[in-house]
Amino acid sequence: MKKPSLGRWLPKPRHLAIVPPFVWLALFLLLPFLLVLKISFADLQFGIPPYTPLAQVRDETLSLSLHLRSYALLFTDSLYIATYLNSVKMAAITTVCCALMGYPMAYYIARSRPGVRNVLLLAVILPFWTSLLLRVYAWVGILRNDGLLNSVLLSLGIIDAPLEIYRTDLAVYIGLVYAYLPFFILPLYANLVKLDLRLLEAAYDLGARPWQAFLRVTLPLSLPGVIAGAMLVFIPTVGEYVIPEMLGGADTLMMGRVMWTEFFNNTDWPMAAAVTCAMVTLLLVPLVLFQYSQVRQMEMRGRND
Amino acid sequence: MAENRSVAPGRSGDADEFVRMEDVVKIFGDVVAVQSVNLVVHRHEIFALLGSSGSGKSTLLRMLAGFEAPTSGRIYLDNEDITDLAPYRRPVNMMFQSYALFPHMSVEANVAFGLKQEGVPRNEIHERVFEALDLVQMAGYSRRKPHQLSGGQQQRVALARSLVKRPKLLLLDEPMSALDKQIRQKTQIELVKILEQVGVTCVMVTHDQDEAMTMADRLAVMTEGQIVQCGMPQEVYAFPNSRFVAGFIGSTNLFTGTIVVDEPDHVLIESDELARPLYVNHGVSEPLGMQVHVSIRPEQIRVARAQPEAESNWSRGVVSHVAWMGSHARYQLRLDSGAMVEAAVPSLVLAHADAPGLDDEVFISWSSDSATVLAS
Repeated sequence: MKKPSLGRWLPKPRHLAIVPPFVWLALFLLLPFLLVLKISFADLQFGIPPYTPLAQVRDETLSLSLHLRSYALLFTDSLYIATYLNSVKMAAITTVCCALMGYPMAYYIARSRPGVRNVLLLAVILPFWTSLLLRVYAWVGILRNDGLLNSVLLSLGIIDAPLEIYRTDLAVYIGLVYAYLPFFILPLYANLVKLDLRLLEAAYDLGARPWQAFLRVTLPLSLPGVIAGAMLVFIPTVGEYVIPEMLGGADTLMMGRVMWTEFFNNTDWPMAAAVTCAMVTLLLVPLVLFQYSQVRQMEMRGRND
Repeated sequence: MAENRSVAPGRSGDADEFVRMEDVVKIFGDVVAVQSVNLVVHRHEIFALLGSSGSGKSTLLRMLAGFEAPTSGRIYLDNEDITDLAPYRRPVNMMFQSYALFPHMSVEANVAFGLKQEGVPRNEIHERVFEALDLVQMAGYSRRKPHQLSGGQQQRVALARSLVKRPKLLLLDEPMSALDKQIRQKTQIELVKILEQVGVTCVMVTHDQDEAMTMADRLAVMTEGQIVQCGMPQEVYAFPNSRFVAGFIGSTNLFTGTIVVDEPDHVLIESDELARPLYVNHGVSEPLGMQVHVSIRPEQIRVARAQPEAESNWSRGVVSHVAWMGSHARYQLRLDSGAMVEAAVPSLVLAHADAPGLDDEVFISWSSDSATVLAS
């Protein structure tokens, strides 16, 4: 029988240790998000700020006004729905491309000698030392009709007319895969490098050829790394703004660009806020899945120790 | 090969050769891990490779499994040259040191792995998996994951997994190293029973001489990539051929001396460490005047207060330490020469005699057939 007492509700000293991160998250994540949520339920108006207040006191009456215009538009205007679907599609294709290219790279790095391994890892991380903006500009220089790629291909006589890559979806994919590949490789590498090689020997010993051992032992055991990498690529790609803006055509619909247009070109803050809220909800699902797999993995490891 | 041929067969009583390693050499970079090993293992025999770490025993086992290719030499299994065969093509299965069970698969899936690779029909897989799990008394745990099992249970599953394919040769890599000391001895005997029941030929690697003595029909002592002695455990224990083997298999007392009388039926060896000469009741191949080593096991040394009457085979000393082991007491004695001697005195003997205590003056003696003369 537990006696109800005040002591139960007072924080214990050891709980105080987690106060700083909570304060940080509340100030810089929760509060801004609540502000955005508030704006998404406002209506447009001329002035500063360019949206109606949520609560007003006039004639001794407190009136709360929740405007659903933005959300209504979001679900009825085909532009927004198409943009969402396209963003998710582009993020998914980027993730698959990163997985197909990143898995062999991570595998090779993990199987290299320790000395070589560090050099290869450095090569993966090295691009981060330059600003993303500069690197994407470099891709503009490479992919433009009169850019590096086309000049080389033309001078070699492989093509007669320049390839139209710049300002197409293909250019966006190239940019996205290029920019996010390291985020896939690093967590997967961390997983693969821990793999007990005796498990592979056991598989060979039991009659598995190397590719069968890969499919039945290495691949299933590296799935947590694949999931972690995929999440790190998928989530930021959905809301990516810089790469589609700089490499994509006018018809490359992505959420980041729509938000930018609503906010800066149309000065429609409530609409931009509604798009943001919808995107956060959309991203919450994979995030929760990611968290779940991480927790499960940690539990497994905990039981193994 | 000659030195192995002279050795008696295992307890199967069937001397036909099953595994043969011919002049096998393995060099890693500039390290010679195995140098020119010749070895024959008989059918249905449990053979132990015994040595400390770095002796090359594990490399030898890995070459039998196919994980390492010999730098030179050939390996035959059942009259077939398997030297260049990939591990997944060999009729050989291994139980790994820390079992290497697949952590993402259930016990049943672990055991079924090898049969699935072989393309055995589904219902036969099920039957054979449970047959193997029954053999190791783990059938009730088929749905568990490896991390939900104790060390001993994991070992049983690993054994089932390596037996289910009915290999011609089973390899055990330090089978007891991951188990608690208490359950080791029991498990050793159980493991031998299972192996005999299955009738599989088995090569095991261990650094633990007790384990090799308990489990093996024959054993080979390895050091620095070479086999220094090969034979039945009791044979190697009783007749070690070098100081290394005498010290490695069980504990022993070693004395250095010179042969002063060399007759066909006996030799006399004088040692500075002992008060009286050593009389050995058999001839030796070493010539007169040669410096030799003599090994006497602790259990062959008698401890008494009275001075022996014989001309030879005794010395005087002082008790410097006594350890009570239950069935016997281990005496550490300092001889007049300063040499330390260990003697194991059975408790019954101790109870009858007036047991010497710490710092008491005592005489040690041994019979003329208990000393082994070693040239190296």
